[in-house]
Amino acid sequence: MWQCGVYPLIEKKLISAGIYSFSVECPDAAKAAKPGQFAHIRISGFTLRRPVSICDADKENGTLRFVFEVRGEGTARLSETGVGDNIDIIAPLGNGFTLPENPARRVVLAGGGIGVPPLLGIARIMKGNAAAILGFKNSGKVILEKDFKRAGADVTICAEDEGVHKTPIPPLAEKLSRGGVDRVYACGPEPMLKAVVAECKKRGVECEVSLEQRMGCGVGACVVCACRAVRGGEELMLRVCRDGPVFSGREVFP
Amino acid sequence: MKRDLSVTVAGVKLSNPVIAASGTYGFGEDYAGLYPLNLLGGISCKGLTAEKRNGNPPPRIAETPGGVLNSVGLQNPGVDAFIKEHLPFLKEKADVVIANIAGETRDDYRNIAEKLDGTDVDIIELNISCPNIEKGGAAWGVSADGAAAITKTVRAVTKKPLMVKLTPNVTDITETAKAAEAQGADCISLINTILGMRIDVKTRRPVLRNNTGGLSGAAVLPVAVRMVWQVANAVKIDVVGMGGITRAEDAIEMMLAGAKAVQVGTAIMTDPYAPLKIIDGIELYMNDNNITDLSEIAGKVLPW
Ligand SMILES: Cc1cc2nc3c(=O)[nH]c(=O)nc-3n(C[C@H](O)[C@H](O)[C@H](O)COP(=O)(O)OP(=O)(O)OC[C@H]3O[C@@H](n4cnc5c(N)ncnc54)[C@H](O)[C@@H]3O)c2cc1C
Ligand SMILES: Cc1cc2nc3c(=O)[nH]c(=O)nc-3n(C[C@H](O)[C@H](O)[C@H](O)COP(=O)(O)O)c2cc1C
Ligand code: FES
Repeated sequence: MWQCGVYPLIEKKLISAGIYSFSVECPDAAKAAKPGQFAHIRISGFTLRRPVSICDADKENGTLRFVFEVRGEGTARLSETGVGDNIDIIAPLGNGFTLPENPARRVVLAGGGIGVPPLLGIARIMKGNAAAILGFKNSGKVILEKDFKRAGADVTICAEDEGVHKTPIPPLAEKLSRGGVDRVYACGPEPMLKAVVAECKKRGVECEVSLEQRMGCGVGACVVCACRAVRGGEELMLRVCRDGPVFSGREVFP
Repeated sequence: MKRDLSVTVAGVKLSNPVIAASGTYGFGEDYAGLYPLNLLGGISCKGLTAEKRNGNPPPRIAETPGGVLNSVGLQNPGVDAFIKEHLPFLKEKADVVIANIAGETRDDYRNIAEKLDGTDVDIIELNISCPNIEKGGAAWGVSADGAAAITKTVRAVTKKPLMVKLTPNVTDITETAKAAEAQGADCISLINTILGMRIDVKTRRPVLRNNTGGLSGAAVLPVAVRMVWQVANAVKIDVVGMGGITRAEDAIEMMLAGAKAVQVGTAIMTDPYAPLKIIDGIELYMNDNNITDLSEIAGKVLPW
């Protein structure tokens, strides 16, 4: 069950141009959080909360970490929050990724841009058994590389102006063709997700994708956050906030 | 001091005048872990249609100054699934259950109401803001004839208290209110969302995939208060006010304008605790002003 309350910002860092890392002391939510879940953050002066993925949950210190990019007015205002200020948060929300029953299995994490943060939690749990393929617009936009490495992941960075590959798709295809990959987890822009799902289908590998949609309540009540999915031949309208944000790639990009 | 906040609407007693508005509270399930649902005066469930509906394509919501625009398009599991899968929980956890219904034809409304008549929902709320397929697709509730036709159709098949929910997208709100009253409505609730539109100046695309949507939230409060005041002065049946209530003061304003109870919708998206804070604030106001019964403020505005 999620919590709703105000919690202090205890650490704030600008980790790249316009991208912030916030740590919020929020022990109950940190304890309950699973990789892939998100928080719905109230920002003063706005009617709608803003959904932001939980990048990391430190269960011992009781903190949640968020990494977000300033996109519009809401995230700009959020970035002005000072250390010690309270943030009104509903968390943890959504289903989160399905982790392999056996953490000794190999998984691939495919992240694009601001879709990279929610994958860090899986890297931590999978320790050395995760390959993280992280794509960015350019080398100035790379975030969390060290964090993934520290978690034990085998990291490949892709950027238009750096590295061997411009997008995560070719290295993903290469890893899948070598076999032994139990599952792929992806988060990023929709064209990238579609390409990831297509690669996985080709190789018959399970794939979970984390989607974004405009939200109202964030908890499942208002059904504004619709996502079309096909399950067992039947067309369903699912709620990204409650039935997702993580979906089977096959069901949402059939 | 503990105060008695109870009010009676359409013959049904509510423990307090704050009801969760249709479409913003689902079937109560999503909030039941946060606080006991019976702390609310009542819950108006998501609008029900005869068959399951998938609604409009996303994006279905956008922020606007002081409010939101939505174009959900009545996504709901259908009345049968509501009765089987959602009503038992709601009945167990909530005090007063209001079933909000919507249709495209008179038959739709009749069928849904007949089904609900056999259940233990406390009140049926008729959302008449849906397109009238029988007459070209304008909303039933934009004309007195349409409002009368739906009210009459439903009144004929149920003895449940009937609350007719008006659309504000009309020239004279008192006409649709009076038409519903004349056909046997027990109560009027208003306002539904105000038709609106926003355009992204970069892409030149409407921000909602449906192009237009309904405006709600704090921005609509003055329109809602005005319409509640007009309707309360035009009909003898009870009035339930909504539209833009985010604080206790807004709810009291609505009651002064003539509402016996209020509904709170969009504010719940911003703050799930909003209805409880509003209830507490009303009690505080009663204490500060030595009010023992909310009938002392209902309709007690002193117009110039
Ligand atoms: C489940 C989920 C997890 C997310 N995780 C992160 C994250 O970890 N880091 C991060 O930087 N961003 C994340 N986002 C995207 C983030 O929610 C948007 O960038 C943010 O809402 C933009 O708000 P704004 O006011 O700055 O922008 P504006 O464009 O002014 O926002 C206008 C409205 O549109 C909504 N909106 C705009 N873009 C998006 C979007 N991509 N998805 C959903 N709603 C949007 C806003 O919430 C707001 O209601 C996530 C989105 C979802 C749905
Ligand atoms: C997301 C959303 C969905 C709604 N769905 C319904 C609905 O199904 N039936 C209905 O009668 N009103 C619906 N409404 C209208 C509200 O019940 C209410 O009349 C309106 O939002 C004004 O109140 P508010 O400003 O407190 O939200 C919906 C409103 C919103 C924001
Ligand atoms: S945002 Fe309300 S149901 Fe998903």
